[in-house]
Amino acid sequence: MMQETQQSQRDPLLKVENLVVEYAVGGKTVHAVSGVSLQVARGETLGLVGESGCGKSTLGRAVLQLRRAVSGRVLFDGQDLTAMQGDALRRMRRRVQLIFQDPIASLNPRRRIGEIIAEPLVISGVKDPERRQQLVCEVLSAVGLDPSLVIGRLPHEFSGGQCQRICIARALVLNPEFIICDEPVSALDVSIRAQILNLLEDMKGRFGLTLLFIAHDLAVVKAVSDRVAVMYLGRLCEVGPSEQLFARPAHPYTALLIEAIPVPDPDVRPAESVPVGEPPSPIAPPSGCRFRTRCPRADQRCIDEVPELRAVAPDQYAACHHPLIAAG
Amino acid sequence: MTEPALLSVENVSVDLPTPRGNLRAVDQVDLKIGAGRTLGIVGESGCGKTMLSRAILQLLPKKAKLSGRVMFDGHDLVRLDPERLRKLRGRSLAVVFQDPMTSLNPVLTIGTQLIETLQEHLELDSVVAKRRSVELLAAVGIPAPEQRLMQYPHQLSGGMRQRVAIAIALSCEPKLLIADEPTTALDVTIQAQILDLLAREQRRRHMAMILITHDLGVVAGRTDDVAVMYAGRVVERAPTPVLFKKMHMPYTEALLAAIPKIDAAPHTPLPAISGRPPDPTRPIQGCSFSPRCRYAAGRCYREKPLLTASESLDHQYACFHPIQVTAGVCE
Repeated sequence: MMQETQQSQRDPLLKVENLVVEYAVGGKTVHAVSGVSLQVARGETLGLVGESGCGKSTLGRAVLQLRRAVSGRVLFDGQDLTAMQGDALRRMRRRVQLIFQDPIASLNPRRRIGEIIAEPLVISGVKDPERRQQLVCEVLSAVGLDPSLVIGRLPHEFSGGQCQRICIARALVLNPEFIICDEPVSALDVSIRAQILNLLEDMKGRFGLTLLFIAHDLAVVKAVSDRVAVMYLGRLCEVGPSEQLFARPAHPYTALLIEAIPVPDPDVRPAESVPVGEPPSPIAPPSGCRFRTRCPRADQRCIDEVPELRAVAPDQYAACHHPLIAAG
Repeated sequence: MTEPALLSVENVSVDLPTPRGNLRAVDQVDLKIGAGRTLGIVGESGCGKTMLSRAILQLLPKKAKLSGRVMFDGHDLVRLDPERLRKLRGRSLAVVFQDPMTSLNPVLTIGTQLIETLQEHLELDSVVAKRRSVELLAAVGIPAPEQRLMQYPHQLSGGMRQRVAIAIALSCEPKLLIADEPTTALDVTIQAQILDLLAREQRRRHMAMILITHDLGVVAGRTDDVAVMYAGRVVERAPTPVLFKKMHMPYTEALLAAIPKIDAAPHTPLPAISGRPPDPTRPIQGCSFSPRCRYAAGRCYREKPLLTASESLDHQYACFHPIQVTAGVCE
């Protein structure tokens, strides 16, 4: 077991250690991320899934230090981002980029596409306008847009799918190593979604990227991820290689998520009687295992004791006292 | 179809004036749904599925122009006087929208809204109406229904609000429920619960239901028939199992193929549909899907294919080069 653990830890580009992020809302504390540890190896895509409010987006932002953690560390290429400030942090951020869910809202409506994509270059000190122009054109062609038709236009002239291509181009223009994609396709239609997912895969290969792919749609996450991490109410439930995790989930929450996906096949009867109930509030999360209030397997131990992430299969870890598959 | 349809949409078109010219949102749509049946309407954003549901409900924007006929339970809804239409809506024709906050009043309690509906349409006295409200909230799976009656919509989660909206829609035992993307704003585990709830109540009440969605996965196990819309038109219509197994329309095939499958291996490239839906203010000569279709040839670019029946009458499609049909069957 030890050997496999070493395997998945080989050369992590990003390492998140025991990260805790909290917000103050109206005098109360929202426990958005409560002690999450994970790592992403160079060249890997880690999918991060969970329902709204589970803390997956907060985690993404905390990696970039857009939201400062209460405790824990974020190591990028061996350097602790949580300890960095000012210029040092800005320099690191060039290597990590972010793509958001709403492509139209993340483009300034008054700026032309050429300026929008060149802005990161301006900020990072590429002074020669011709060089900037050249880089902008290269990156636009890479994402499948014709630079000559696109550069002088405004965001509103483009569809959602095209705007997402523009956002991807902007993220790529600094030649980053790591991209955090926060629900990059959930605002897009089915026929466009496939184009963008294929494009991301393409770009990953071409630019040698490492991705953290955050989404709520398990099928989408599986399509692009080498490994998948499942979050529930601020905690990590399960991590494992995509296929293995989907074939043999260990955490009851992972199983519930997989069961709840509507399958586009009329012969597959939708599974009835998914446990009733909704996620509790992250302001007052349940004691012990946070999923216990909706879990069919919960008992006294789940109330008293917070489950630790433990190996249940090679490379697969689950935080559950009563996993669906047992180790060994 | 020998039994008289509960709802029949006959040659309905909806035109919207826009600064860029006329926008044909719905283009000559014919649909029928029998009592107690479920029809799924599937399509991407801008395909006209929501405008079609608004046309059925007579809730179109003021500037919109509707042509054609909408017959519901013996009434011609387009020509019905506003007062009788209002009585009909809410009573035998109910609707659930994507965002429950669009149908719930934020400054009234859940109880007031439910009881008001019951008193207005069923003329119940307040004690009976209150008792019925509690029963309804319990039926849609809301815990502690009595306390909930006193709460305001903002005090409930999205899933709970949608349950309340469904309770109000079901309160007067409608004959037809139109659910327009009822679960799109909700999380997957909540989505499954709400879809189960709708299916259960639909069967129990023998109510007809139109389920509008962009997700083929949602209609697959939960509808009798499916109509696929593209650029304002119904391009294929069939009993659900037939549509998924023996589809004729290339768009249906492409749409299904573009969905990431949970049983596919990671990093499998998705068969994406190239391009994007046409601009509805710039109508395309010929088949609207032709610019993106891999089977398109000469005639597809010149002529609009009409919805025609295949081997069986209940399966219709609008395509000159249908898939899985041997050459010669279609002219």
